[in-house]
Amino acid sequence: MSFTVPSHLESELDEITTHYPVKRSASLMFLHALQEHFGYVSKDAVEWTARKLGLQPINVYELVTFYPMFRQEPLGKTHVKVCRTLSCALQGSGELRERFCSKLGLDPHAHAPQTTPDGKFTVEFVECLASCGTAPVVLVNEELHHKVSSADADAILQKGKAA
Amino acid sequence: MSAPAQPAPAPAPQAPPPVETMTVKVNGKTVQVPKTHPDWQGKPQPATMLQAARCAGVDIPHYCYHDKLPVAGNCRMCLVEFGTPMMDPATRKPVLNEDGSPKIAKSVLPYEPGTPRGAIACATPISPGMEIYADSKATLQMREAVLESLLINHPLDCPICDQAGECKLQEYSVQHGQAGSRFVEAKVHKPKAVDLGPRIVLDDERCVLCTRCIRFSKDIAGDDALGIVNRGSYNTISAFETGKFDNNYTLNTVDLCPVGALTSKDFRFKMRVWFLKESKSVCTSCGTGCNITIGSREGVVHCYEPRENDAVNGPWMCDSGRLNYKWIGRADRLREVLVRGTRSTWSAALQDLTVRLSKAPAGSVAVVASSRQTTEELYLLKKLAARTGATTDSVAREGEADRLLVAADRNPNSNGARLTGISFTEAGIRIPEIAAAIEAGTVKTLVVFGEDVTKHGIPAATLAKLETLFVSDILPNATTALATHLLPGAAHAEKRGTFVNVKGRLQKFMKAVEAPGDARPEWEFLHELVHGVTGQNGYSTIEGLFNQMAREVPAFAGLEWAKIGDTGVDVKI
Repeated sequence: MSFTVPSHLESELDEITTHYPVKRSASLMFLHALQEHFGYVSKDAVEWTARKLGLQPINVYELVTFYPMFRQEPLGKTHVKVCRTLSCALQGSGELRERFCSKLGLDPHAHAPQTTPDGKFTVEFVECLASCGTAPVVLVNEELHHKVSSADADAILQKGKAA
Repeated sequence: MSAPAQPAPAPAPQAPPPVETMTVKVNGKTVQVPKTHPDWQGKPQPATMLQAARCAGVDIPHYCYHDKLPVAGNCRMCLVEFGTPMMDPATRKPVLNEDGSPKIAKSVLPYEPGTPRGAIACATPISPGMEIYADSKATLQMREAVLESLLINHPLDCPICDQAGECKLQEYSVQHGQAGSRFVEAKVHKPKAVDLGPRIVLDDERCVLCTRCIRFSKDIAGDDALGIVNRGSYNTISAFETGKFDNNYTLNTVDLCPVGALTSKDFRFKMRVWFLKESKSVCTSCGTGCNITIGSREGVVHCYEPRENDAVNGPWMCDSGRLNYKWIGRADRLREVLVRGTRSTWSAALQDLTVRLSKAPAGSVAVVASSRQTTEELYLLKKLAARTGATTDSVAREGEADRLLVAADRNPNSNGARLTGISFTEAGIRIPEIAAAIEAGTVKTLVVFGEDVTKHGIPAATLAKLETLFVSDILPNATTALATHLLPGAAHAEKRGTFVNVKGRLQKFMKAVEAPGDARPEWEFLHELVHGVTGQNGYSTIEGLFNQMAREVPAFAGLEWAKIGDTGVDVKI
């Protein structure tokens, strides 16, 4: 099998498992660690987790599909999260996301996160990023951008293309 | 309980302990409800409001609750309004009405005392004096609201849905539904025609997420393969890998599904359920003898479904048994009486056989009868064998047992063959003896019922040495091809009779369809043959025949056809 977890990660996870009264409880920690390492949670990662914790793959897969932070596909290098909660929505985050999508050739009406074919960008709508006073806000990878204008959006795209 | 005033006479030794009961009111009717009820594993658990209502003859609508599955309490359909006797907090005494009856405090929302607060009947234990209002205005409102919520995203494709006619969503909509939908928003669309496994198709839009299928797979079938993914507006039942839901019990999820979400690939789009005639029968695929309902229409068997019998199969059956019905309608079924390859009539063939068997010297006849024949047929064959001094045996058919229902013995009536004296402790041990006697020329007549003996130790070359090879079967095989007298028999679905399962449960089954062509139930013509050969009168009805057998076979002593219920009786094996 091509899916291999490095031994240091595996022993770290084995240690984490001992912190819980039942092995199953370590599921989320496993998924976080695997996503951190591989960039997303593949079906192989789900099966590996299930095997390690004595579960069936469906038990782990339920978790992966429940939490939006777990990715089942590789993400783009620049991950653009546009806030769609009230303040940002009122300040035009819808148009902002449409701008990101159309500039990148993505479907502006699609529901789910979208990644460009070249793997450079992922654009998605997210719930509140907790900066309502500076709406609209966009989280680009780990960096929060406030009061994002169309020009700011284009700058974010420029920077991402160069990366 | 107060002690009796006088010493009571010693109770009868086997008298079961009295069932402790609790008094509750359901829809104003007072009922005594046993304090405990068996849960899905049969362990006694405190009685619930749903069970109490059943004791009062009131059926509370539900989707997720099932007697034989762990309680989930997620569908909310069984919400009912209820009340409990008021207690004075100071005196700890019941508060009474003016007429002396206990005052009932209806359950209400704590922050809104005017609004009734329902409880799910499937998971709420009863308490003494509780009143359950299963048809009150508040209960009906709660039910309507739950149903409306379940129908919000439902596709309403009943005309093309396989579940139509046996759908709880339809049935409760008739009782509690609204004529029009108030929902004006866009419906959530979910996966359609999902290939869940080799025998199951899932329509996620029809699903009400009751999780019966998940609980069945995990807790009954022991295959934790199903779950709910994408929890939220898009939650769907799913397997980890589509197409891999493949244990031998998957089709039970189709029965369990209260709506049309899970459908059987074998049955979907084939027949509307309301056209099916339902006949009570028994599965023949192994020695467990799961009780089934045969669904047939105009002489064609369309499906087997498990029929609940807690002494045998509970409400389940395996997929391999359920789908093992197509041979009944096969085009190559034997349908003609053949004497030496030429079409004959029943009367001529039976007359010829009567003469031959009557004249056969003692020891020149042998009988191999399948343990797939009914007990009555095996009994008649034994009578025939006894008259001609024949060696008898049957054929063992072994497979692998599983932990739920499938038995290692793949014959449905091995115990019937033993009890009637056709076979011995180990089926098939006399077959080499019979083969040797044919080779030696001592056995000149072989009677074969329902087996291809060329596959079980009597090769075709040996059969060729016989003067008479009297065969009855359902489908053609190497033995029927060699028969001098070939009589077409009937499948279990085409006749009545009994089987004795591996645990000694004697179960009767009913006729669903007619046998094809000239084929007849074996017991009918065996009765004529036995009458001709032995000169003894018999019975031309299955009732009479069974009762005669019960008088003569010790294991069945005291039984009568009419007294065997739909779920059978235990006999000593």
